[in-house]
Parts: sequence; C-alpha cells; structure tokens
Amino acid sequence: MNHSISLTVNGVRRDIALTDPRVTLLDLLREQLDLTGTKKGCDRGQCGACTILVDGRRINSCLALAISHDGAAVTTIEGVARGDELHPLQAAFIAHDGFQCGFCTPGQIMSALGLINEGQAGCDAERIREGMSGNLCRCGAYAGITEAVREVQQQLEAKERRVA
Amino acid sequence: MKSFDYVKPASIAEAIAAARTPGAAYLAAGTNLLDLMKGGVSRPDRLVDVTHLPGLGTIEKLADGGLRIGALVRNADLAHDAAFAKAYPAVAEALLSGASAQLRNAATVGGNLLQRTRCAYFYDVASACNKRAPGSGCDARGGHNDMHAVLGWSDGCIATHPSDFCVPLVALDAAVEIEGSKGRREIRLEDMHLLPGTTPEQETVLEPGDLIVALKLPAEARNFASHARYLKVRERTSYAFAVASAAAHLTLANGRIEQARIALGGVAAKPWRAREAEELLVGREVTDQNFRRAADAALAAAKPSGDNAFKIELARRIVVRALALAAAGTPERSPALPASPFSIHSGALHDA
Repeated sequence: MNHSISLTVNGVRRDIALTDPRVTLLDLLREQLDLTGTKKGCDRGQCGACTILVDGRRINSCLALAISHDGAAVTTIEGVARGDELHPLQAAFIAHDGFQCGFCTPGQIMSALGLINEGQAGCDAERIREGMSGNLCRCGAYAGITEAVREVQQQLEAKERRVA
Repeated sequence: MKSFDYVKPASIAEAIAAARTPGAAYLAAGTNLLDLMKGGVSRPDRLVDVTHLPGLGTIEKLADGGLRIGALVRNADLAHDAAFAKAYPAVAEALLSGASAQLRNAATVGGNLLQRTRCAYFYDVASACNKRAPGSGCDARGGHNDMHAVLGWSDGCIATHPSDFCVPLVALDAAVEIEGSKGRREIRLEDMHLLPGTTPEQETVLEPGDLIVALKLPAEARNFASHARYLKVRERTSYAFAVASAAAHLTLANGRIEQARIALGGVAAKPWRAREAEELLVGREVTDQNFRRAADAALAAAKPSGDNAFKIELARRIVVRALALAAAGTPERSPALPASPFSIHSGALHDA
C-alpha cells in the first residue's frame, strides 16, 4: 500500500511516499531523508534522544507515526543553526560542557528549544531540570545542560527587556 | 511491529464504522499504543486515526457551570490553560506530574483515560498474563510485584492503572462522553474502568467502536479550587509512574471541613475513589488525627498482592499528606516539582 504525505522539514517542503504505515517520524528522518542528527536511543519514548519539534512543540519522534503527521512542520537539530553560526543553545552546550559522548545532545537541544518556547520554566534551575526530565544523559552531564539552558533563557530575557 | 491497515476517517461516524470490526484500534497520539505495538503486546489489524477529526480539540465552559474538554486536547495544553489550572488545580498538577514534557505535548485527554497498565509482565510477551492472553496465568503473582495493586485485585490479575490525570478526575465526579454505534452516551469516569475479577482483559465498559469524544467536569468541581492537591510518590522525582498517589480536595468553613473529595492512584486497576474517607471528614476539624482516620478508612479494604504490604501504609501517609497540603491551600502556581511530596517550596497561595 502506498501513502504519500507532505512535511515541511527545517523549512523545506518535502513530498514523501511512505511504503508502510508503520514508519515513525524518527525512522523517516533517519532512513529516508538522511537526517541522522535525530538519534534513536530506546525507540520506546523513554530516553528523549529522538526529540524533535513538530509544529513548534517538542515530541518523541519514535512514538509518532509519520503517516499521521501529514502537513506538519518538523524541525530537527539540522535546522537550528544559521549556516555556520551556531544556535545560542548549541554554543551554550559547548561553553558549559553540556555533553560528553554527545549521543543525547541533539535531543537535549531540541527539548531545550521546546522548553524555552513553552515559557514555563524561566531561569529557575529546578523547573529547568523538571522540564528536561524526558531527556536522559548516560554521561551525567545534567549540571552543564541545566546551566546551558539557563544561560540561553537569561540571554533571551535580557534581550526582551532591551526591546521593551 | 505487526503490519496493519491505516484508516483516516473524515468524521466520527466514519471512525466508528471503521473501528467496530474485530482487530481495529483507535490511534490518537499513540504514545502508549505504539510502544505496546513495538513490543508485540498490542497487535491491531487496523488503526483508525482520529487525530484529524474535527471538533474534538476544544475546551468549553458549559451553561450549567461545568466544563467540557474535547478528547483530542493535549495533556500539556490542558495543564497550561490558565483558566483550567485555576479552577481545577489538582487536575493540572496531576497532568504535570505524569510522563515527560515531550509525551505531555503529544498525549491526549481521551488516550490518557484509556492507557494500559505498566505491569512488566503485561509488557513482556514471554510472560504469562491473563490481561494480555486470557487464561494464560499471572506471572506477576510470583514475580516482582512490589509496585502492584493493594485494592480491588483478583487472583487473576494484580495490575494497576497508571494514570495520574484520572485520580483527581474521579474525585471530582468527572464524566466521559462516548459516541458509539448506538449514538452518544455519558457515563461517570469512575464507572468506566473495571476491576479485574475473572476477566482482567476487560478493562473498561467501552464496546467495540466506542469513541471517547469528551471529558466533562460538573459545576461543583470548581468549589474545591482553593484547597486541592495531588501528591505522588515515585521511585525517582520526575518522569516515573506512581508507587502510590492521592488527590485531595476540601472545602472549609470556620476551620471545619464542609466537603471532601479523595481518590488514590497506583493502588488498583482503576482510579480509586475513597468515599468512606470523605464522609468521615465532613464537619470535622482540620487535624492530622482526623486525616489519619480518613486515610485508615480509605485503605481499610487493602491487602497485599505480593511484596507490597508497604504500599498500604505508604498510601495512607500520602492521603494524610495530600489532605494536609490541601487544607493549607492550593499554591498559586503548580510547584516546580509537581505532585512531589519532597517539594519544600509551596509558594504563594491560590487565592491569597
């Protein structure tokens, strides 16, 4: 059976033929669109390595059927930098040692982007940790991750104050 | 994952017609169903995708003062709806204490009500499980069962219902609006989930093709907004299912309790309403002793189903703590660690 969907992936419209309705957004990105930045960790919604933004909201792409997301706008880690200029979260993860092996990092950064968009945590470290609890880091870089997210949130709030 | 036919109906009527046949299942966000399908626990022949159906994604205030929440409203959107969180703070806190931010962004109200147990033997297709394979036995009985039920369990099944959301909902007399082949009907959420008895595979009263279209809260549910808490003991602070949880709602006048609404989670195959405990509190003063009496009543029928006698005392204590925190007043904003009994910061109060 053939199903076709269209997605906007990192700003580019893609018409996609699905040969099987079982394909998740994660497998579609990695296997069919060659966007391997999104990582497959547990594949069961427990680790957060596959976090992407769908219509601006962070979700686990391993638990989302591609066929059910016809028309959606998807942002992956490949879509966050501007050319060679890192996204502030990417720079902050480097500055604060927010990773060691790096496997969970794309998911962490996409989750942090989602967290900041949601606007629920602010600069409160406890709320940032709670808001990031869906992303596991086996290297235990949590302290650096929290600091990186907090720094970007602080930059954002300072910028908003300047504008206002 | 077993192969399946994918159906995308254009209307509720089409959805019901497509889902009535044996082997069909509804797909909403799929955060639970896809996980079960990947493990071979659920093996539907047909998925009926309801995520694009019109009219199921709104929250509306009803003329009688109640609230109607469409089945496709996402958990995160409901919890972060300011008017909702103010009127039903324990429900919002329960939502925020469940799963992770990513899952809450995807998961739907209707799906949450129908999530399956997290019993490891149900998940492991190599184990005997009367719920997954009727008549095969229950490996949980002689296995690792410290997390299992202490109320309402049977010899055939000791699994628990994992939802946090359902616990304050049952306490607040929420109702479920269902559309099926015989039209639309409404039942109390408390009556939707079934205890296992000899048929643990029958988890709800829903019939083939039945679709949850909305959740309703009665007008009276708002009366508890100033004194409502949900507390949940987990094996880790965040992103874990309840070992035991409790929702406590009170109305107070002159230091005495007028009304109480209490339910427990993680202790039975359904969200567990504790009516005896509620009745004992009516007209009583706010004291630890009265809360302890209520908690004893709530767990009076409890018995261990394995290595989980500790859960009975734990559940009593979480009821006492939830009642004490509810009496102290709902925090103005959900705590940084929602529903955590270890959260020391309570912050400003709801109506202060």
